[in-house]
Amino acid sequence: MLSAIFKKEQHASAVPESASTGLWQLALRRLKRDRIAMFSLFVVLFYLLMLLLSMTGVIAKDWNKEVAVSYAPPSFIYTPSVPGAAGEDQSTESAVVPVNPVDPLKDVIAELEAEIAAEQGAGVIDYYGVVDPLAEDMKAIDQELGGQLLDQSSELKQSLFFGADKWGQDVLLKTIKGAETSILVGLIAALVAVVIGTVLGAIAGYFGGWVDDVLNWFYNIFTSIPYLLLVLAIAAVLQQKGILSIILILGLTGWTGVFRLVRAEYMKHTAREYVLAAKAIGVSNMRRIFVHIFPNVSHIALVQMSILAVAFIKSEVILSFLGFGVPIGVVSWGSMLNEAQSELILGKWWQLTAASVAMAVLVTAFSMFTDALRDALDPKLK
Amino acid sequence: MSEMNPSTAPALLRVDNLRVSFKGENKQYVETVKGISFEIPANTTVALVGESGSGKSVTSLAVMGLLAPENSKVAEDSQILFEGRDLLKLKSSEMRQICGKEIAMIFQEPMSSLNPVFTVGMQISEILRLHLGMNKKQARQRTLELLQEVGIPSPETKIDAYPSQLSGGQQQRVMIAMAIACEPKLLIADEPTTALDVTIQKQILDLLESLRQRRQMSMLFISHDLAVVGEIADQVIVMRYGEIREQGSVTEVLNNPQDIYTQALLHCRPQLSHRPLRLPVISDFMKQDSLAHDLHANAPLQQERSRGLKGNEEIILDVRDLKKSFYSRKGLFGKDEFQAVKGVSFQLAKGKTLGLVGESGSGKTTIGLLLMRLQQATGGKALFQGKDILSMTEKEFTAYQRKIQIIFQNPYASLNPRFTVGQILMEPMQIHHIGKDDAERKQMALDLLERVSLPAQAFYRYPHEFSGGQRQRIAIARCLTLKPEILICDESVSALDVSVQAQVLNLLQDLQDEFGLSYIFISHDLSVVKYISDQIMVLNHGDLVEIANSDDLYQSPQHDYTKRLLSAIPQGIPQ
Repeated sequence: MLSAIFKKEQHASAVPESASTGLWQLALRRLKRDRIAMFSLFVVLFYLLMLLLSMTGVIAKDWNKEVAVSYAPPSFIYTPSVPGAAGEDQSTESAVVPVNPVDPLKDVIAELEAEIAAEQGAGVIDYYGVVDPLAEDMKAIDQELGGQLLDQSSELKQSLFFGADKWGQDVLLKTIKGAETSILVGLIAALVAVVIGTVLGAIAGYFGGWVDDVLNWFYNIFTSIPYLLLVLAIAAVLQQKGILSIILILGLTGWTGVFRLVRAEYMKHTAREYVLAAKAIGVSNMRRIFVHIFPNVSHIALVQMSILAVAFIKSEVILSFLGFGVPIGVVSWGSMLNEAQSELILGKWWQLTAASVAMAVLVTAFSMFTDALRDALDPKLK
Repeated sequence: MSEMNPSTAPALLRVDNLRVSFKGENKQYVETVKGISFEIPANTTVALVGESGSGKSVTSLAVMGLLAPENSKVAEDSQILFEGRDLLKLKSSEMRQICGKEIAMIFQEPMSSLNPVFTVGMQISEILRLHLGMNKKQARQRTLELLQEVGIPSPETKIDAYPSQLSGGQQQRVMIAMAIACEPKLLIADEPTTALDVTIQKQILDLLESLRQRRQMSMLFISHDLAVVGEIADQVIVMRYGEIREQGSVTEVLNNPQDIYTQALLHCRPQLSHRPLRLPVISDFMKQDSLAHDLHANAPLQQERSRGLKGNEEIILDVRDLKKSFYSRKGLFGKDEFQAVKGVSFQLAKGKTLGLVGESGSGKTTIGLLLMRLQQATGGKALFQGKDILSMTEKEFTAYQRKIQIIFQNPYASLNPRFTVGQILMEPMQIHHIGKDDAERKQMALDLLERVSLPAQAFYRYPHEFSGGQRQRIAIARCLTLKPEILICDESVSALDVSVQAQVLNLLQDLQDEFGLSYIFISHDLSVVKYISDQIMVLNHGDLVEIANSDDLYQSPQHDYTKRLLSAIPQGIPQ
C-alpha cells in the first residue's frame, strides 16, 4: 500500500507530460537502473557477438587445424624445457634395454630391434618420436597439390594461450566454436519447449473442463515415461544425428514443466476481474488468452526459458556422451566436456576449464539477466 | 499491581512524537507518520480514524513492534510508553513477552490470519501454553472457556474445527479469543469488521465492547468508518497524511468537529436521513477554509433529490424467475446442487437505479454476472427490449453485449496492468466497430477521459500510476465507450475511501442524469444503496425477500430479515 503511494508520487514528478511511454520503454528504463542486469546483458551480448562471428567464419574458422603439439599446455603455466628435452625422451625411449641372457626370445628381440633401427634410419621421425610410414606418400601428394596439404608442417607450437587438446587443436578456438553449437541448441530448444508448454498450458488453464483433462492426460503420459528413455525413443525416431535433432529431442521432451506452471497461472488469471471485464466488453477467447493474459504471465515463460536454456546446454552434454549428441566433426561444450573426462586423469585440465568457465559465465549472466528482465517487465513492481 | 497502575501512571499507553519513515523507491526514507502523540487511558476505547495512507495502521504496527526493520525506521526521539516502559527501546525477546500477553492484536482478514492446517483449538491453546505455561489439558479447558466467552455456538465441537469450516464471523470470534487468551491490558483491533457483513459487524462490535468492559481492557480501534467508531469508541483521533487532525471525546468530535477534514469526512458519507442532489466531497470543504455555513448556501449539496418509481416508467429490463445452481461432484456419479439464485424476478426502469442488498452468499453478485452472461443461468428469462438475452447464441448476443456493461468492485484488479489507459478505452470500440478509424476512437476516448475528470495525458499511462478512485473512473469510462443503456455496479464504490466514494457516486449520478442510464447497484453498504437507488431489492440466500421504493423500504420494512438488516447499520454519526 505504502509503496503504491511512493510510486504514485514518483511517477507524478518523473513523468510530467508523459509522451507515450510504452511497456518496453518503461522496462528499459528500469533495466538501465539495474547495474547487475546491464552487466549481465553485456556478457550475454558478448557471447552472441562471438556466436555471430564464428558462424560467419570471421573467427575460429581454423579451430580444427593442428596448430600445436598434443596437449600443449596453456602459455601461462608453460615452462620451456631444456632444449633437446624431446630428444632426450626419444633417446630414453629408444635406449637399448639391457639384454637378458636367459631370455629365450633374446634372438628374436635382437632381430626386431635391428629391424626397427633400420626403419628409423630410413623414415622421418616426427615431433612425437614416431615414424610416419605414410610420410613419403604424403609428401608426394603435397607436392602435387602445390604444398597446401601440409601447411601445418610450418611449426607445431609447444604451448598455446589456453593450451591444446589431444589433436593439437587450440582449446580457445574450440571453445568459441563449441559455444556456437551449445548456445544455439540451448536457446532454440528452450524456445521450442517454452512455446509448446505455454500454448498447451494456456489452453488447458484457460478453458478448463475436458480440454484441461485431455491435455493433463497427455502431460501425465509424457512425464511418466523415464526421461532418458523418452529422449532415446525420440532420437531413434528421428534417425539422424545433428544439431536439429538435438533441438527437437530437447524441445519435445522439455515442455512439461512450463506446461504445469503456465496452466496454473492461467487458471488463476482466468478468474481475475480484468479478464471478466474483457469478456464483458466482448473480447474473443484467443485474444483474451494471448493479448490480455499472456503479458501478465510472460515472466513465467521468460524465467522458464532461462532455466531451460541452462538445463539444455547441460542435457546436450549427456546426449553427446550417450552418442546421440553432435556428430563427429562438430564441436560443442558438451563434446569438449566429454573429452575432458579422459584428459583429466592425465592432468590436462585446460579443456575442462575452458568449456566449464565459458558455460558457467554465460549461464549465470543469462539467468541474472532474465531475472532482471522479469522484474523490469512487471509494472506492479518498482 | 494492576490496580495501582492507574494512579501512578495515568495512561496505559502513551505515544509521544512518533515518527515512522519507509524506504521509498530511491532508497530514500519518506516519512509516513509525522510526529503524532496520543494517550490511551486504562479501560477506554480509543479509535484511530483515517483514509488509506493516513498512517493509522502503521501506528498500530509500531506499537506492536511489527514494522519490518529493513525498510522502515522509527525516529530516535519517538517514544511509545506502555505502563512506563518504552517499547521502542526493548530487546526483541522482551518485546515478545509483552506482545500477545500484555498487548494483543486482531487483524482485518480473519481467514488469512488463521493457519488453515491447524484446528482452532490448537491455535488458541498454543498461545496459552507459550505465554502462560499451561499443560495440554489446562490449555484445552481454558480454550473451551474462551470460545464460550466469545460466543461460538457449541464450543465442544468447534474446538476441533479447522478455520475453513467456520463462517467469517466465527473466524473473527476465534481471532478475538486468541487475542484475549492471555488477558491483555491493551487490545489493538485493526479494521476488525471491515471484511464482515453488516449484521455480523454489529455482533462483533457488541462482543468487543462487552469483553472490554468485563475485562477492564483498553482498546485501540482502527477504522475508516466514522459510523462504526461512533458506536464503539470513547475517544477518537482523526488522522490524515500521517498527522493528527483532531482528537477528543467521541461525542465532541462527531457532534461538533473543529477540523475541516473531520467535517468533510462526516459529510461525505451518504446519510440515511437525507439525500442531497450531490454529495459533498473533501475539496468542497478544504477550499472554503472551514466556513461550513457556506456549504448551506451551496444549492446542489442542500437540495433534496427525490427517488422512487411512480409506476409509469418505461421498463428496460424484465427479469423473470432467474435461477442459478452450482454443482459439485459427490461420490462417483452423484451431484450436489447449490442454488445460488432461486428464481428471482424484477424489473428495471429506464433511467432509474435498482439497488441490490444482502449479506455475502445472498446471490447479489451472481445476478449481476448472469445478466452479463459472464455465468450461464440455469433457468429464467431476462427480457431486454422484448428479447430474452439469456437464451441467445453468442453471436446474437454480441449486438446486445454493449448495451449492458458492468463495473467491478476492485479497480486494482479489473484493469489489465499491461495495457495503457488508451488501449483499455480503445479496445471495446475496436471490437464493436464504434468509430470509423483509430483516430476517431482516440478522440472519443479523450472526450470520455475528460467526462470522468481525468487529464488527457492519462491516455498514455498505465493503470498502476493511478489511485483507486481514478482507476474506478477509468473503468467507468471503459463501460461508457460502448454507450450502454444498463450499467451494473458490483460493489463499485466499496473498496474506495469515503471521500473518493463520494466523488464516484457523484459521477455515476451525473452520468445517469446526462445519458439516462439505468443502474443495477449491488452493494453491502446500506447507506450508499439508500442514497443512490430508486428501488431496492433485498436478497437472502438466493431468495428475493422484498422489493420496494428505497424510502418506503427504509421507513417501513415489511420483512423480518429486512428489519434485521436495517437495524444493524452503524448509527454512530449523529444525523
